[in-house]
Amino acid sequence: MLWRALLSRLGISLVTLWVVSVLIFIGTNLLPGDVAQIILGQMATPESTAALRAKLGLDKPPYLQYVVWLQNVAMGDLGISKAGLGAGLGTPIVEILEPRIFNTLRLTGLVTVIAIPISLFLGLIAAMHPGTRLDRAVTFSTLSLISVPDFLVATMLVLIFAVFLGWFPAIVYLRGDETGWVLIKTLAMPILTLVIVASSQIIRMTRATVLNVMSSPYIEMAILKGVPRKRIILRHALFNAVGPIVNVIALNLAWLVGGVVVVEQIFSYPGLAKLMVEGVLMRDLPLVQACAMIFCVTYIVLIFIADMATILSNPRLRHPK
Amino acid sequence: MSDTPTPQNTNSAIQFDELPDAPPKRKIKLSLLGKIGVVVLIFWAIVVAIGPMIAPYHEADILDEELFIVPGSDEMYPDTDFQPPSKIVLLGSDYLGRDTLSRILFGARTTIGISFIATTLAYLLGVLLGIAAAVGSKRLDMILSRLNDALLSIPSIMFALVMIAALGSTIPLLILLTGIIYATSVFRIARSLGQEVMVSDFVEAARVRGEGLWWIITREILPNIAMPLATDFGLRFVWVILFISALSFLGLGVQPPMSDWGSMVKENLPGLIYGSVAPIMPALAIATLTISVNMIVDDISAHTGGKLAKRMIA
Repeated sequence: MLWRALLSRLGISLVTLWVVSVLIFIGTNLLPGDVAQIILGQMATPESTAALRAKLGLDKPPYLQYVVWLQNVAMGDLGISKAGLGAGLGTPIVEILEPRIFNTLRLTGLVTVIAIPISLFLGLIAAMHPGTRLDRAVTFSTLSLISVPDFLVATMLVLIFAVFLGWFPAIVYLRGDETGWVLIKTLAMPILTLVIVASSQIIRMTRATVLNVMSSPYIEMAILKGVPRKRIILRHALFNAVGPIVNVIALNLAWLVGGVVVVEQIFSYPGLAKLMVEGVLMRDLPLVQACAMIFCVTYIVLIFIADMATILSNPRLRHPK
Repeated sequence: MSDTPTPQNTNSAIQFDELPDAPPKRKIKLSLLGKIGVVVLIFWAIVVAIGPMIAPYHEADILDEELFIVPGSDEMYPDTDFQPPSKIVLLGSDYLGRDTLSRILFGARTTIGISFIATTLAYLLGVLLGIAAAVGSKRLDMILSRLNDALLSIPSIMFALVMIAALGSTIPLLILLTGIIYATSVFRIARSLGQEVMVSDFVEAARVRGEGLWWIITREILPNIAMPLATDFGLRFVWVILFISALSFLGLGVQPPMSDWGSMVKENLPGLIYGSVAPIMPALAIATLTISVNMIVDDISAHTGGKLAKRMIA
C-alpha cells in the first residue's frame, strides 16, 4: 500500500514536470520572430536566416522541435545563449550555468542551515506558550515581516549594516576564491535577508502546526490524565508534528526558489536567478528556458519531498482505505 | 411586528429578519490592531480616489532648480536629486529630482489599482472554475484539478518571468498573468469549500425538492462560501501587491515614467548610500498597506474559527 501511494505521487510529479516543460516551451516560443533572427540580428538576410533555421532545426513543425528540445535537455544540452554572440554562435548555456548554480546553491544552502534551527526553536517556543507576551511578539513581528516586500527587508538591512554601521558591503562582489571569514562577510547581507524572510514563514507555520496538534483529542486526554506539560509536548505532540514540520521546511525551501530572484538582484549576487532576470531583460530565450527548467525541477522535487513527508508520517495516509 | 408594510420595508430581507428562526447576524469585533488596519486601509482608499488631485506636482515633473535655491545663499544651481524632505518637497526628491510625495500619491492608483483588478480577475476565474469542478462531473473535476496542479507547481515568479520574456511587459499582460497565477490557489479553495457544501444535508434537501443546479449554486453554495472567500481575498490581495511590486522592482513590471511603488524603490536604490529617504518611502507605503490588510484578515479569521487559517497555510 505504501509503495502504491509513493508511486502514484511520483507519477503525478512526473506528469507535472512534463506539463511544465510544455508550458515553458510554448511560453518561450510565443515571441514573434525566432531564435535565428534574434541571433543574426542586423545581419539577417533571408538566406542566412533560412540556413541558420535549418541548422537549429527551427524549420521543423513545433511538436518535433519540442521533442528535440526535450531530448537535448534530458541529455544535458541546454542550447546556446545569445551571450558572446558576434564572432561565433554564442556560448553553450551549460558553461554559463555551472558557476551560477554553484553560487545559488551555496547561498540557499547556508540560508537553510541557519534559518531552520532558529525558526523551529522560535516556532516551538511560541506554540508552547500561546497567548503570552512572547508569543504575541513573535506572531506580530513575523506577520509584519511576511507582509512587507523582500526588498524592503533588504533595503532596511543595507541601511543599518552597510550604511550606518559599515560592517558588511552593500553589494556582493565575489572574486571566487574567498574562504572562511571573508566569504561569510561578503555573503552576510543576502544571507541575512533570506534568513529573516524565510524564518518568518517557517516560524508561523511551525507554530500553527504544533498548536493544531495540541488541540487534538489525544492531547486533551493526556492533559486530563495529568501528564506533565513538558512530557506532553516532547513525547506526545512533537512526534506527531514531525511530519507536518518536515513538510513546512520542504515547502519553504521551495519558496526560496522564488525568494532568491529578488534578493540576488538587490545585492547583484552572481547566482542563477540573477542570470535568469538578465536573460529576460535581454530576451535571451534559450537561457530563460534553461533557468526556468532548473528552477521548476528543483521546486517540483521539493514539493514531492514535502508530500512524501506528510504521507510517511501519517499512518492513515500511509495505509489508505 | 407590524403587519402593515410601509414602503421602506417591503424588502424581503427586512421581513426575513423578523422571522423567529432568523439566525443572529454575525458580528465581527476588531481588536485594536484590526481597527488600526481599517483606518490605514481607508486612508489608502482615499488616496487612490483623490491622490492625483491633491499631489503638489505631476508624477513625471522634474522639479526646477529655482525651487531649491536657499534665500540669501549665492548657490544658483543647487542639486535637485535626492533632496532631503523640506517645505518644497515634503518627502524629498528622487533620483531625477521628482517629488517623492507626488509620485507616491500617483503611484497608489497604479499599484493598488493593478493589484485589485488582478485579484478580482483571479477570483472570477478561480471561483468560476472551482465551483464548476465541485458541482460538475468527476471527469471535469479531474481535468481541471490536474491542470491546476501543474500551473500551481511552477513558481509564480518563474512563470511571470518566462511570459514577460516572451511578450514584453505591458499593464494588461501584467494583470492577466497575475490573475491566472493567483487563480490557481483560489481554484483550490473554492473547489474544496464548494465540495464541502455540496455534500451537506441542506443541498441534498434542495435537490430532493427538485431545485436546479443554478439555483443550488447561487442560493446554497455561494452564500455559504462567501465569507471565507472574502477573507481569503484580502490575503490574496496582499500577495498580489507584493508580487507586482517585486516584478516592478526587478524592472519587469510597470514601466517608467509611470510611477509605481515597486519601481520607485528600485529607481532610488542608489540614493540609499547618501541617506536619501526616496527608496524607503514607497517601500513603507507598500508595507503599511499590506500589514494593515493582514491584520484585518487575522482578526476576522480569529473570529470565524481556525479552519480558515489552516486552509490558508495549506
